[in-house]
Amino acid sequence: MRTIKELLEAAETAQVSLGEISLRWQAEKSRESLTEVQAKMGERLQIMRLSVQDGRSPELRSASGRVGGQAAKMAQPEQMGRFGVVSKACAYAMAVAESNACMGKIVAAPTAGSCGILPGALLAVQEEEHFSEDELISALFAAAGIGRVIALEATISGAEGGCQAECGAAAAMAAAALTQLYGGTPRQACDACSFALMNMLGLVCDPVCGLVEIPCVYRNVGGVSQAFAAAQLALSGVECPIPGDEVILAMKDVGDGMPASLRETGEGGCAGCRSMKNP
Amino acid sequence: MDLFDVIGPVMVGPSSSHTAGAARIGKITRRLLGCKPVRARIGLYGSFQKTYLGHGTDKALVGGLLGMNVDDLRLRNSLEIARQEGLEYSFYPAELRHAHPNTVVLEVEGEDGRQLTVQASSVGGGEIRVNAIDGLEAGFSGHENTIVLTYADTRGMIAAISKQVSEAHLNIATMRVFRDTQGGKAIMALELDGEAPEELLRALSHLRDVYRVAYLPAAEESTSCEP
Repeated sequence: MRTIKELLEAAETAQVSLGEISLRWQAEKSRESLTEVQAKMGERLQIMRLSVQDGRSPELRSASGRVGGQAAKMAQPEQMGRFGVVSKACAYAMAVAESNACMGKIVAAPTAGSCGILPGALLAVQEEEHFSEDELISALFAAAGIGRVIALEATISGAEGGCQAECGAAAAMAAAALTQLYGGTPRQACDACSFALMNMLGLVCDPVCGLVEIPCVYRNVGGVSQAFAAAQLALSGVECPIPGDEVILAMKDVGDGMPASLRETGEGGCAGCRSMKNP
Repeated sequence: MDLFDVIGPVMVGPSSSHTAGAARIGKITRRLLGCKPVRARIGLYGSFQKTYLGHGTDKALVGGLLGMNVDDLRLRNSLEIARQEGLEYSFYPAELRHAHPNTVVLEVEGEDGRQLTVQASSVGGGEIRVNAIDGLEAGFSGHENTIVLTYADTRGMIAAISKQVSEAHLNIATMRVFRDTQGGKAIMALELDGEAPEELLRALSHLRDVYRVAYLPAAEESTSCEP
């Protein structure tokens, strides 16, 4: 299952979800039972939940002092309902991303820099829609199956492919997971992945002072909203005009074409802004 | 790559390369030294040198030397813990040529007086590479169960070592051998398909002309999930 096409075919042939086919693949690969592999993913889900809690502390500050305590503002009750579940997902994504920036414990998903998007989306919708723990774990497997394909066909490293490869990949994974949770078909989940990547194509990796802070934590919030937009497209029955594998290859081409200054060197983009150069 | 490499590792932030990778390098250095380190002189190169404070690279390296894993929250306070546990450390900017941008040189001294110099790079996603040990080329990732031997470069050593491994019913996945000069000091990194039993390590260390045997179990890399 090294391509979206193969992943989708495997799921459709077995008449199961992307999450189920990915779970079976992992169990076979690591020679463990389905239950053992599910339990392992369940532990990661639990750590994601703890990261959301940690990140909501108003006292949180990063080593540079520039990041921390912002999720606390976003997680105020009057803020979290403004745009429905998306507001809560934004707050949770920020909480995990800030926890990471402040040396909290997180699950890289797929990277540390983009670790807020997937838990932000999934934990917010679970609270609102009461999805079961097993449903969330299966959605995480769907996300992981998609993420693995992106890593194999292109890259999930900002230094190689820009932020589109980190937050873009995370949004694509979250979009597929959301689509599965809300009853979409495997094909729709793959379309959601394509939409998210397509809409984030070209995003550069431009960390101020080279740190996983600005704009990274805000990009996690942006990425989670992109995941909802992509899932909304797919669940409405809109088909992505470009096959997923082609979008992933386009992402790789765009990354290869990016100048080094926009690939995690802390030189261009936000990092190059005058006010960010002289703190 | 499996699915837990995509959703994982579980780690203390903020950066898989600058924090998690650095902690792994520290931990592997402690393993290679074979005892508790009491002194560490740590040279940072490239991006490690420029951004180590903001990424907690210093805390991660020292925490690793103290035996902490990548998901250990004590990494945040490792510098204070080092002072309590009697590990003296210092950092300096290292001048290296042709090195990966995230490279570190650790000169460590153990409580038994042993000294060791390790050069390693954090190559992305928490993956690392040990480039050199005591100036000798090494080249292993610590991702698999790895035995690292230093020994005198004499005839029959490779056969003697692999015989012991075979007698322990273990298969060697990869083997890398480097030496400084003919008849000088040599390093072998053996990646194994299974876990090395204590008896094998003891038998290897008793071989004639073997100076040191270190074992890096892959299982140690798997993160614990306690909050």
